[in-house]
Amino acid sequence: MLDALSPEEWLALLLSLRVSLVAMLVSLPFGVLAAYALARGRFPGHGLLNGMIHLPLILPPVVTGYLLLLAFGRQGWIGALLWDWFGFTFAFRWTGAALAAAVMAFPLMVRAIKLAIEAVDPKLEEAASTLGASRLVVFLTVTLPLILPGIIAGAVLGFAKAMGEFGATITFVANIPGETQTLPTAIYSFLQVPGGDAAALRLVAISVVVALVALALSEWLSRRVATRIAGR
Amino acid sequence: MTLELRLNHAFPDFRLEVDLVLPGGLTCLFGRSGSGKTTIVNAVAGLLRPDGAEIRLDGVPLQDLPPHRREVGYVFQDARLFPHMTVAENLTYAARIRRRPVEDFDRIIGLLGIGSLLPRRPGTLSGGERQRVAIGRALLSRPRLLLMDEPLAALDEARKAEILPYIEALRDETGLPVLYVSHSLPEVARLATTIVVLEAGKVAAFGPAADILSDPQTAPHLGLRDAGAVLTARIEAQEPDGLTRLMTVAGPIWLPRLEGIPGREVRVRIAAQDVILSRARPEGLSALNILPGTISALHEGQGPGVLVRLDLGGVFLLARLTRRSALALELAPGLQVHAVLKSVAVAQADVGGAAAQG
Repeated sequence: MLDALSPEEWLALLLSLRVSLVAMLVSLPFGVLAAYALARGRFPGHGLLNGMIHLPLILPPVVTGYLLLLAFGRQGWIGALLWDWFGFTFAFRWTGAALAAAVMAFPLMVRAIKLAIEAVDPKLEEAASTLGASRLVVFLTVTLPLILPGIIAGAVLGFAKAMGEFGATITFVANIPGETQTLPTAIYSFLQVPGGDAAALRLVAISVVVALVALALSEWLSRRVATRIAGR
Repeated sequence: MTLELRLNHAFPDFRLEVDLVLPGGLTCLFGRSGSGKTTIVNAVAGLLRPDGAEIRLDGVPLQDLPPHRREVGYVFQDARLFPHMTVAENLTYAARIRRRPVEDFDRIIGLLGIGSLLPRRPGTLSGGERQRVAIGRALLSRPRLLLMDEPLAALDEARKAEILPYIEALRDETGLPVLYVSHSLPEVARLATTIVVLEAGKVAAFGPAADILSDPQTAPHLGLRDAGAVLTARIEAQEPDGLTRLMTVAGPIWLPRLEGIPGREVRVRIAAQDVILSRARPEGLSALNILPGTISALHEGQGPGVLVRLDLGGVFLLARLTRRSALALELAPGLQVHAVLKSVAVAQADVGGAAAQG
């Protein structure tokens, strides 16, 4: 079983899973927050926030990657601070790949969660407030449990998008085996060398399997949660 | 308890302006849809911020508190139970989020008859059951005031009849002040101890229920079809021919069988259009109920009708007749007349539980 893949292919697969999982988990709380602000918030800058979040969906990934490089590269205005203060950098590290994946997947994740929040009747939240629940408690005890299917859907979508991210990743952190070479960039590399087709095909098959498993898992979770919150 | 309400709020087509000091008991806000009733309860709950508001519950100002600090329970027209919780979890929600023990659980469950529903989910309940659970959930949050916004409006007649006795029990047994929104006069007549009539954002009438319902001046605001006074009576005997004998201040009346043991106090709403007036005590008439009284007020409307208020000795009856009849009988304040009431005219739905006068 282990022999089915070369060490280099294994490296790319495991790195991809790690990058996508970290990107998804770290961005999820921000995703929920942003979705809540967009769905329920009425504040100046609402449109601007909406635009910022959706920008990576519309911009060419190369542009997003380059902007990340400008901001978070060793010489970038945020990257330089991080390096000076914490000795930490995203540049050409797997954490950078995770950042790129998270930024690219963020709009999809937020959209799914926002749809779920908009489906929650604000009247239920009003009822909770008359029962003595502050806004935070209302969110934790009423809104959050009711939007769980949406959060799961958003998380899976974000994970799948992160698994497939290519343009921004290769622009921001390049294609270093074992550090920043994820499945898509590995497939790309194999296709560049003569005789790499077989390895590329194996990775393609793995990509398909991972995507299908993620999809099935999210379907199953959503169904369970949906029956629970339908009140039956 | 007193609830002081001074509110004003601009709507596109009218302005809500009220200045009221409400006593305890069950106060009905009555009026057409769009008259500002719901706006008032939402302002008290804090779900709506009016342009200007001064709300004091027993002297404590509420207007600047967020909804969750007001200790005001709210029963909505749509029960708004949390779908992801069981009935029991819904009922104990307020206690759980405030991390305090649930008090009075068994008594309130018993009062509302919802003990058997506890493990169920809201989605499996009937409309009437859902509304009772919603009432229980609001009561168990230990409110200082209960708001009810047309809690029966979404239910059919059978479900309404199922819930009304529970609201009466709530009014008479808990002592909790209730602000109750309704546009159904029979409901108001059964439940209210105090009535506020709203018209386009202004208070058209305000006072104890018995006075408002029997006042010929305010009756037109309530809707002439539904106008009618409420008599307090005590069940005296269940008679073998299917009638129930009740004693009122003015004498006995007989109604189709009412549930209840002798001695039980009931409120009977008698529609003004079901009352016939006669100058002499009628003889040879099929109607069983003849009550003597003195005319205390007459009110001529725009149409052909006249509303007459009859003093039966401290309690009042309202009669609606044509102007022609009023002229023919030479009706005038001070005149002694007899009120005739057909037993079968009183519907079961117009008879409510224990009388409440504040």
